[in-house]
Amino acid sequence: MKNNPQLNKNGELQHLLTIEGLPAATLRHILDTASSFLNIEEREVKKVPLLQGKAIFNLFFEPSTRTRTTFEIAAKKLSADVINLNVGASSTSKGETLLDTVDNLAAMQADMFVVRHGQSGAPHLIAGHVEPHIHVVNAGDGRHAHPTQGLLDMFTIRHYKKDLTRLRVAIVGDMLHSRVARSQIHALTTLGVPEVRVIAPKTLIPACAERMGVQIYHDMAKGLKDVDVIIMLRLQNERMRGALLPSVQEYFKYYGLTAEKLALARPDAIVMHPGPMNRGVEIESSVADGVQSVILSQVTFGIAVRMAVMSILMGSGAGSKQ
Amino acid sequence: MKIHIKNGRLIDPKNNIDAQQDVYIAAGKVVAIGAMPEGFNANRVIDASGLVVCPGLVDLSARLREPGYEYKATLESEMLAAVAGGVTSLVCQPDTDPPLDEPGLVEMLKHRAKSLNQARVYPLGALTQGLAGEHLTEMAELHDAGCIGFSHADVPLTDTNVLLHAMQYAATFGFTVWLRPQDAFIARDGVAHDGEVATRLGLAAIPSCAETIALATILTLARETGARIHICHLSSREGVALIRAAKAEGLPVTCDVAIHHAHLSEMDIGYFDANCHLIPPLRSQRDREALRDALADGTVDALCSDHAPVDDDAKLLPFAEAEPGATGLELLLPLTLKWAKETGVSLSAAIAKITTEPARILGLNNGHLGAGQHADVCIFDPEQYWKVEPASLKSQGRNTPFLGLELQGRVRVTLVEGHVVYEGLV
Repeated sequence: MKNNPQLNKNGELQHLLTIEGLPAATLRHILDTASSFLNIEEREVKKVPLLQGKAIFNLFFEPSTRTRTTFEIAAKKLSADVINLNVGASSTSKGETLLDTVDNLAAMQADMFVVRHGQSGAPHLIAGHVEPHIHVVNAGDGRHAHPTQGLLDMFTIRHYKKDLTRLRVAIVGDMLHSRVARSQIHALTTLGVPEVRVIAPKTLIPACAERMGVQIYHDMAKGLKDVDVIIMLRLQNERMRGALLPSVQEYFKYYGLTAEKLALARPDAIVMHPGPMNRGVEIESSVADGVQSVILSQVTFGIAVRMAVMSILMGSGAGSKQ
Repeated sequence: MKIHIKNGRLIDPKNNIDAQQDVYIAAGKVVAIGAMPEGFNANRVIDASGLVVCPGLVDLSARLREPGYEYKATLESEMLAAVAGGVTSLVCQPDTDPPLDEPGLVEMLKHRAKSLNQARVYPLGALTQGLAGEHLTEMAELHDAGCIGFSHADVPLTDTNVLLHAMQYAATFGFTVWLRPQDAFIARDGVAHDGEVATRLGLAAIPSCAETIALATILTLARETGARIHICHLSSREGVALIRAAKAEGLPVTCDVAIHHAHLSEMDIGYFDANCHLIPPLRSQRDREALRDALADGTVDALCSDHAPVDDDAKLLPFAEAEPGATGLELLLPLTLKWAKETGVSLSAAIAKITTEPARILGLNNGHLGAGQHADVCIFDPEQYWKVEPASLKSQGRNTPFLGLELQGRVRVTLVEGHVVYEGLV
């Protein structure tokens, strides 16, 4: 197997494609850097000139509002020039391949691509293709990874819980299709969280899931017992059509997070959700908006974490243009 | 043209020969083994010192991409790749465009192939018209045109009633039905084995039960109809168990494994290596071990290249969108030798898996070098290492999971019908 494609010859982070395989020290460095960006909000000038003159292309082959916006804000706070491209299916339908699109944009002096794509592995393909001075950040690829989401979730957990090595974390919902869950699981296990649970019906658990270092539960009452962190996953509507689940109602009854089920967790447990939420499908409104919910903090922290990722990547040795 | 191949180690599994023996060829046929026939005046002497002389390889699955997909490969390029790989007889699948469902198409292909004077081509006819899975083809006519059997390639044949009738009809004439077992519903959009790699990489998965469910159906219908069945590209440990039981029961079933599945597993996908996007998917290491063992114990009859050249553009895509397939004709021999070396199988038994055994499956008298036999010969250096890279391949398809690997065993000379059709550099 080839070397980790995210690291350059010196072992520095060249691209951020997945959390899998990254050392704990690298993750902590990103989180610490994000902490230092958090107080920029309180300054008079809410910008730092770290990435002045750099061009960051938001290359979104799949629609997204939240992720694209937070990347854009993060880049602008670092004083980079941001170009948003919603490629959708338009250019591929004209016969242009993914790499053609990338080549054209690279020719426009891009320094970084923030890529979202419906196919697992698309950012790896791009990262393996571009010139070494260009960095690639995976903003979500298929079912594979959403590393900045995983990192901002770790930032949030660390913010509220401080010591990750004593936590019980439950991830509830559609792990099979979730890139967020995969990135969270890699991040949690890398950072030393001793117990990571996944709670879902068997139709939403991929093969050999326990090899990723999680314990599988099918019963919310058992799975939520005494946990410190509950992460709810979004249930996409199309799952109802694929014979994976019978109905929204039954899913909510057995796997939706209600105040009653939340009471099974530790009293100081926090509730997280990567968004966008389906109220009444995976989470009850009173819980989503309740005192234990940290869902909006996740969004705020997301900006600082993305600033950290972009500044670290641009600062890596091989990343600087000769 | 009279040829004398001297000083080589002759390995002819069917005739139980593994010894230094000379081969004498005249008028396209083997005229003698060992002692020179009286009055034999060779026009050419090939010195095979240090080399192995064996029957030309018989490959049970090679896509030549003609007609219809000439941008991927042409008959010229792939026939050259075949003989460069020591392959002198090959079976091609009917999933061309149009599919091989009419005698005229088959005759044309046979004619084009013959005019190139290289490997012998044995087409499989489409089992249903247009491979649409609805109407039977004119199997008897197609057979007369040169089809060696009937297959549905990798196109799903979901209607089991059509499959039942196709097998009954084929059994009427004694034709062999070639099927790659995969349940289309369970496999659906899958691109990788349903194991830890697909889970980690977030790839849509094809569980082994997609193979075993289809196999159970096929074997049940074989029992029902008496049709002779050849199972293509077995991939799972559970599939091996079903074939083993079917053979023990006495069902007329044979089966092959592709070189990729004998050597690779899901782990080789690494970070989305699209060259490992294959049909069927590379499965777990346990599956691979079961396939290797089954090859050795005879449950799996033959190894094939499953040669499927793909153009570069179709591979430079995210894993799931990349076209499945890999070039293989030139890798069949070295990868067979590698399997033998790693498992302790004798060279002769290994060569049988790519000569005698596939010939037996085809019901052909190819694959051996008895006197009077067509002189289809492969002469190779079993020790020579060579690196698999685009420049070292003749096939138009340059994609294979083995790129960059050093393999042992290089073809030096290939003869078809007593003519030297390929000579490699030393």
